[in-house]
Amino acid sequence: MSKILIIAEHAHGVLNQSTAKCVACASEIPDAEIHVAVVADNSEAVAAAAAGLASVKSVICVDNPANENQLAAVIAPQVVALADGYSHIFGPSTTFGRDLMPRVAALLGVNQISDIMEVIGSHSFKRPVYAGNAIVTVKAPADIPVVATVRAASYRAVAAGGDAATSSASIDVECPEHTRFIELQTGKSDRPDLQTAAKVVAGGRALGSKENFELIFKLADTLGAGVGATRAAVDAGYVPNEMQVGQTGKIIAPELYFAIGISGAIQHLTGIKDAGTIVAINKDPDAPIFEVADIGVVGDLFAIVPELQAALSG
Amino acid sequence: MHSNLALRLVHGNRVGHNMRRRRYPLPKISESRIRSPFVDKILVGLKRVVDYNVRVRVKSDGSGVETDGVKMSINPFDEIALEEALRIKERGDASEVIVVSIGSSDAQQQLRTGLAMGAERAILVETDEPADPLTGARIFKALIDRESPDLVILGKQAIDDDNSQTGQMLAAIWGRPQATFASNLTIDGNKATVTREVDVGLEVIEIDLPGVVTVDLRMNEARYVKLPDIMKAKKKPLEQIPLAKLGIEMAMGIHNVKFEPPMERQKGEIVEDVAGLVAALKDKGLI
Repeated sequence: MSKILIIAEHAHGVLNQSTAKCVACASEIPDAEIHVAVVADNSEAVAAAAAGLASVKSVICVDNPANENQLAAVIAPQVVALADGYSHIFGPSTTFGRDLMPRVAALLGVNQISDIMEVIGSHSFKRPVYAGNAIVTVKAPADIPVVATVRAASYRAVAAGGDAATSSASIDVECPEHTRFIELQTGKSDRPDLQTAAKVVAGGRALGSKENFELIFKLADTLGAGVGATRAAVDAGYVPNEMQVGQTGKIIAPELYFAIGISGAIQHLTGIKDAGTIVAINKDPDAPIFEVADIGVVGDLFAIVPELQAALSG
Repeated sequence: MHSNLALRLVHGNRVGHNMRRRRYPLPKISESRIRSPFVDKILVGLKRVVDYNVRVRVKSDGSGVETDGVKMSINPFDEIALEEALRIKERGDASEVIVVSIGSSDAQQQLRTGLAMGAERAILVETDEPADPLTGARIFKALIDRESPDLVILGKQAIDDDNSQTGQMLAAIWGRPQATFASNLTIDGNKATVTREVDVGLEVIEIDLPGVVTVDLRMNEARYVKLPDIMKAKKKPLEQIPLAKLGIEMAMGIHNVKFEPPMERQKGEIVEDVAGLVAALKDKGLI
């Protein structure tokens, strides 16, 4: 049997959907018993949400005021204290999990598998390398814990409907004080979250300015979609960094993705490979984005997008 | 990021010419020279990887990706890490930058580029087998024990394995802070303030030094290497240490069983106009 511990990602008492995706991945491992660890300053609401996820057998809470800002250096030793008896320890491959999990793995003295996209067996997985230009099947050594991150875009969140037992763990570890949270700068938005939105509208450098990017926001609002951007658009200052989609930004898998004024650099395509339907609007008929798009329109985005906007609002 | 070496040389030649004409430049005295630097040494990791412009192909036998005759470069994130270290030194906040690589003797090439960019010296830990991230972290730890740096700056990930692990693992086994995915770094005394690019925006943290910082793409834009600096770099010290001499316990690696190309998306249809697009979306039940 595989006994799997998943480290919950959460903020302000809300469980991040990446956790439900980790559970989906873990439940593909044969004969798995899945536990979720909520390492928090106040775990109650998050633990209740985790306990409600299908396939979760048990939720373990660790409460400590030092966990308020979810610093990897603070959380890692607490995860290690919980790790005994588990064959697998999983976290999401979000910035939270990518920061935390290698620290956990190193403290346990094991290597880590990054970005699991497919489960082959209890110790065998597929993961992308070279910006997704190659997929490698990896085998983890037997008899030592498998520490891994799960590529969220490869999995659908498990449904609610579970009823796991919740318990509290008291662990005696010293939390380091060498790392201190100062502030979080985040754009407040009522739009759907880019990483979980069913529809995403994204713009590239061809938008030309911050003002013109309003076209993208408007279309997104009409569709009830999240908003994304290429690295070029972020670097040009049209939109903040958290909207970047691609190899070094967010990897997303919406049902519908609009690539507007996006040429389709390989680093960007890496971020949208798993999208359901890709729509491309670009004036260059030879743009690489048309090689992957399901529906393409060749033409001037400044004419097409307002027209589309009008057609969809009508 | 650099497109190719030829471009760099052309660029460097031009600058080199100007430098020869102005034979006695006035010494610049900046305020920073008056106080002593905040940190002594900065260690920077440079991984030799397939150049980011190369379209990678999986070998037909599935044993890996094609690297024969392929252009190799410094991992772009590592180049940004080095640029940041050099800027810290140049504003008077550090006294020495040491570049480190782990790999075959071919990696000397990337270390020489690092020296030409402005690092003082280089260390190559030689191994023909690629080091897994935990072993890599242990190698850095062994060098830390020898060099006692105040700061280690690495790229947030290497663009070959896309693991994004080594910096965090090093911080863990060193028992020191980690500031990953950094887009800004300032040093004041024995503390560093780091802005991190996280999923919800920008997170600012403060860490005590020594510590590990891993950098993201927006940190800076790496400088071009100038021809005179390439000449100078040939005389800078490059120490080669066989891995076996460091006495490191090798970690249990994750075994790569088989490589395959990704599933290709099928090319779709081109519609004439907005009406065609709306019809196609309705057809798929998406609107």
